[in-house]
Amino acid sequence: MATLTITNLQVSVEDKPILKGVNLEIKEGEIHALMGPNGSGKSTLAYALAGHPKYEITGGTIEIDGTNVTELDANERARLGMFLAFQYPVTIPGVRVADFLRHAVTNRRDPERKEGENLMPMREFRKELKERMAELGMDTEFARRYLNDGFSGGEKKRMEILQMAMLQPKFAILDETDSGLDSDAVKVVSEGVNRLSGPEMGVLIITHHERLLEFNKPQFTHVMLAGKIVETGDAGLAAELHANGYATIRERHPEAAAEQSSEQEESLASV
Amino acid sequence: MSTETPSKTDPSLGDYQYGFHDSTDNYVFKSRKGLDEEIVRQISGIKNEPQWMLDFRLNALEIFFSRPSPQWGADVDQIDFQDIYYYMKASDKQEKSWDDVPEDIRKTYDRLGIPEAEKQYLAGVKAQYDSEVVYGSLQEDLEKQGVLFTDTDSALREYPEIFREYFGTIIPSADNKFAALNSAVWSGGSFIYVPPGVHIDFPLQAYFRINSENMGQFERTLIIVDEGASAHYVEGCTAPSWTEESLHSAVVEIVVKRGGRFRYTTIQNWANNVYNLVTKRAMAYGDSLMEWVDGNLGSKITMKYPAIYLMEPGARGETLSIAFANNGQHQDAGAKMVHCAPNTSSRVVSKSISKGGGRAGYRGLAKVVKGAHNCKSSVVCDALILDPESRSDTYPYIEVEEDDVTMEHEASVSKIAEEQLFYLMSRGLTEAEASAMIVTGFIEPLVKELPMEYAVEMNKLIELQMEGSVG
Ligand SMILES: Nc1ncnc2c1ncn2[C@@H]1O[C@H](COP(=O)(O)OP(=O)(O)OP(=O)(O)O)[C@@H](O)[C@H]1O
Ligand SMILES: [Mg+2]
Repeated sequence: MATLTITNLQVSVEDKPILKGVNLEIKEGEIHALMGPNGSGKSTLAYALAGHPKYEITGGTIEIDGTNVTELDANERARLGMFLAFQYPVTIPGVRVADFLRHAVTNRRDPERKEGENLMPMREFRKELKERMAELGMDTEFARRYLNDGFSGGEKKRMEILQMAMLQPKFAILDETDSGLDSDAVKVVSEGVNRLSGPEMGVLIITHHERLLEFNKPQFTHVMLAGKIVETGDAGLAAELHANGYATIRERHPEAAAEQSSEQEESLASV
Repeated sequence: MSTETPSKTDPSLGDYQYGFHDSTDNYVFKSRKGLDEEIVRQISGIKNEPQWMLDFRLNALEIFFSRPSPQWGADVDQIDFQDIYYYMKASDKQEKSWDDVPEDIRKTYDRLGIPEAEKQYLAGVKAQYDSEVVYGSLQEDLEKQGVLFTDTDSALREYPEIFREYFGTIIPSADNKFAALNSAVWSGGSFIYVPPGVHIDFPLQAYFRINSENMGQFERTLIIVDEGASAHYVEGCTAPSWTEESLHSAVVEIVVKRGGRFRYTTIQNWANNVYNLVTKRAMAYGDSLMEWVDGNLGSKITMKYPAIYLMEPGARGETLSIAFANNGQHQDAGAKMVHCAPNTSSRVVSKSISKGGGRAGYRGLAKVVKGAHNCKSSVVCDALILDPESRSDTYPYIEVEEDDVTMEHEASVSKIAEEQLFYLMSRGLTEAEASAMIVTGFIEPLVKELPMEYAVEMNKLIELQMEGSVG
């Protein structure tokens, strides 16, 4: 069974330590929720897992099925089945969704593919893309548009899920995919995630809201504070946090809470 | 006879695809190195020119010597003007069939794909090899309609009246130091005349090839598009990757008369040891449209700011410019739009890319003279910097002497595409694939304006520039 194992992960951004020893194991078929106040390090974990060069891993390891991927480039990790739905998807003018995605899907399905080698057949790709778009209620016109260029916030998030559907990752990290969506869109996206997160895929859902978790009930909920996972529970923990906020968590972890708030002041002061 | 002697070419120039060269042993004529009155007289003498042209050249030579090199833009002080061959003639005449072109030279153009392109989609071709045009063709029906497409030397001999009426009037020798240099030693280039109302549907293509080391190529192009006529001219340029530098300094003069339309497309892909210092200017008359599409990929230094003077009401000018500066290159490119009449409009779209320590800049002028009411001018320039070692600059100059003018100027803050790169790589694209895709996307709005064949070529050249970019 495919497993993503994160051991004592420490990450710095521009020499500033953000993650201070994160441990987490996600297996195929599992849904994990990751919660925590703003600035606690959730996106940092997501970027570090995906292999962003600015997020320097200063200690610990990331393994996929026992293979240490800590030193691998983002694209090598993607080919091994890592996927990140971005909190803030990037706009790339002039690059058409279909062209980019055909390239990406080919590399994912044939991880040994070298630059310049053939792409998957156009027809097959188009057919599949159309089907996935229909499932997500997207107009096929989006395939011809430039990637996220002029897309509304909700459209960008849907585009992330479409890419996930096409790439069929083993492990998907959804970083606030539900924020900025109207309630209809949350439903479509939630159903989309639900459809994909079968036994073949493990999911880490980063969220501040309930809806996505209602459709995709997590087996595990983790709470991050000051760059560490301070608590792990089941779906009940997520419900509790939604009802009561982070006050009780802070009370239970006063040291981390103090660290978190001092860091926040620091980063505000530096603005 | 040897071809493609690799010995003296510079290995540091990497995998520039057109870096091969032919032997110069069989050249019909080579001037000695250096520039003085004797050389100028020699060039004029070989060409059997009328006295007025010799006088014109000598006058320009004086201007050239009296002017300092420009101290703005790129660094051109490194050029040793006495270490250059000013005239090199590889073949003694211009041919109408590729079969008659000397084998070495023909092979070069074969490798560049010119004869093939000619068969498929060109209305006419000129191939210049060092100082002279070695091949020329024009579709028969165009010839019958009175279209003239010759090298500029032949035009001086065969069409002296129209030639003299325009030559040097759009860009006088005194315009700038390099225009003066070209005026003194010019050789080759294209002369085009399109009679009133004639439309040329397929592009006319000129291909400029520098073959010799330390060569100076100084083609001179003069194009007249008469009333209501239309045409599209395309030039391509390559050179071997010599260790010693070469100099390319062209002058291009264009007149588009009332209601005419003309587009001038350049795909400049000189080897990275060529100084490319070019003066290009068009005069656009009433209700005409002049367009420059300017792609600069190669050369060591390029300084080029194609200009359009909008002379009468209703004239429109458009410049689309792409510059790509890679390691060791400085592309100082741009556009000038001068509104000399009311109700004229201009648009400049410039995209520059710098990579591997290269430097690309936009330098532009939008000018509205007194009395030119109701003009519209828009300038948009975007820069893409692919790594922290590279650099991009924007120097927009605006001079407006009227109030009722619509001026738009947008310059997007140069951005390092790091986040875009990561996004694409996180989807499984390699760094090279991702950056090629970003760059192709960045210039897409301009490339899609090109005819298919040139769009394909442009994308291919960009991909070549991006290859091995993984750092
Ligand atoms: N690229 C960066 N440059 C500088 N600081 C950064 C960068 N990325 C993250 N940080 C800092 O790291 C800390 C954690 O940020 P992160 O984005 O991981 O928080 P988060 O838990 O995702 O918050 P939110 O819920 O608001 O999305 C913050 O203090 C943030 O300012
Ligand atoms: Mg976040």
